[in-house]
Amino acid sequence: MQPAISINNISKHYGALQALDNVSLTIEPGEFFGLLGPNGAGKTTLISILAGLVTPDLGHAAIMGADVQKSFREARRMLGVVPQELVFDPFFTVRETLRFQSGYFGIRNNDSWIDEILANLDLASKADSNMRSLSGGMKRRVLVAQALVHRPPVIILDEPTAGVDVELRQSLWQFISRLNQDGHTIVLTTHYLEEAEALCQRIAMLKQGKIVALDSTKNLLTRYGSVKKDGEGKTDLEEVFVNIMSGGAL
Amino acid sequence: MKHGLSRPSLEYGSGFPTLLRKEIMRFYKVGFQTVAAPVLTAVLYLMIFGHVLEGREVYGRLSYTAFLIPGLVMMSVLQNAFANTSSSLIQSKVTGNLVFVLLAPLSHLEFYTAYILAAVFRGVVVGLGVFLITAWYGLPSIEYPLWILVFAFLGAAILGSLGLIAGIWADKYDQLAAFQNFIIMPATMLSGVFYSIHSLPPAWQVVSHFNPFFYMIDGFRYGFFGVSDISPWSSLAIVTCFFIVVSAIALRMLQKGYKLRY
Repeated sequence: MQPAISINNISKHYGALQALDNVSLTIEPGEFFGLLGPNGAGKTTLISILAGLVTPDLGHAAIMGADVQKSFREARRMLGVVPQELVFDPFFTVRETLRFQSGYFGIRNNDSWIDEILANLDLASKADSNMRSLSGGMKRRVLVAQALVHRPPVIILDEPTAGVDVELRQSLWQFISRLNQDGHTIVLTTHYLEEAEALCQRIAMLKQGKIVALDSTKNLLTRYGSVKKDGEGKTDLEEVFVNIMSGGAL
Repeated sequence: MKHGLSRPSLEYGSGFPTLLRKEIMRFYKVGFQTVAAPVLTAVLYLMIFGHVLEGREVYGRLSYTAFLIPGLVMMSVLQNAFANTSSSLIQSKVTGNLVFVLLAPLSHLEFYTAYILAAVFRGVVVGLGVFLITAWYGLPSIEYPLWILVFAFLGAAILGSLGLIAGIWADKYDQLAAFQNFIIMPATMLSGVFYSIHSLPPAWQVVSHFNPFFYMIDGFRYGFFGVSDISPWSSLAIVTCFFIVVSAIALRMLQKGYKLRY
């Protein structure tokens, strides 16, 4: 079976800044994968390369076997991206936004699927509301809906819960977990490490454009966590993250 | 909700028709600003210039008002075609929602064609509005309708392409405003909308021949009156070349992802 995502020797620099330095990574279909790192580590650049928004200087990447540059149509059809910024088109309603997004992917008569997404994201009552009138949380849900409208097998969520209240975070994670159980490959970047620990089966940590840790969540906790003196305290991912970022890894 | 890897087989078409429809819907939703306002502006030009210069004749037989109407129609077509692509792109870039189009499997040709056809559509709608209102002052003759259509389409497509180039190039609204106010507006106003270049001093007649907008207006006007400052075939050749050049630039920018993909 083709990997859901394969990244081979990707490098990217912006002027003097080396955003990504020879990054290689394979994510298998059906994985819930965490991509963690401090601000400026290169997470969004890596996601943007997979989405075709950024062209790498070196290396290549593929979604479900389709090269993101050479076979961009196939690659983009296989990928749904929830961007980090809360962006929206102020001219249109929620339903119009989703119909347009579906149409951009060349999918017509997609209303039954759009209705299903709206229902699952508790957006049905807002379907005919203008995007401008929605709260931040609701706009965030629409971003998720837009990423799903063409039924991509691979979904990347770039800090989807940044600035989102607890209730929405919980419902969003339940929904995303369900998608993963249904077979979707999920790639998540987040600064909420407890979420990554609870959800992700494998985690890669980026630091200054390089992967400094890549393993299952369980192994990372075992290898990089410290044993508490009282023997009761559990190591958490935040501690592992701090240990890896302050020292080295791999 | 079952999909995932065993998702139903989807029939994919092109995203082009949707992008075209979205670009048309975008200006339709604010039609008062994008259609009604430019029609009113053109009517005001006609009322003021037509009144002040009434009694003059152009080409030895046309009233000034009759001469002015096609020029105003074409000026509206050009300015609104430019406004459609440029404002859409700069707004999408500044607000960030252009990412939804960039994430989609659209080629640079589909992107270009959708934006340009929407610009042509808006230009023609506004031009038609100006024509219908100003015709109340005196319906100009229509000698060669095909010439009118050809020059309206090419002119709008050229300005749509220039709007695309400006919208991609500009990072801020004031950069776009500079492009519009210091390039598009003077070139349009000095293209012969309000006068025949034969009424200009010889030196300015020569200068006018370096303005590609002059050929768009002159060829368009030929379709109405069967008379123009230069041969419509010459205008067509120059306008077509200009269209090819600006289209090639716009397409190249889109293909390379200039200021869109990094």
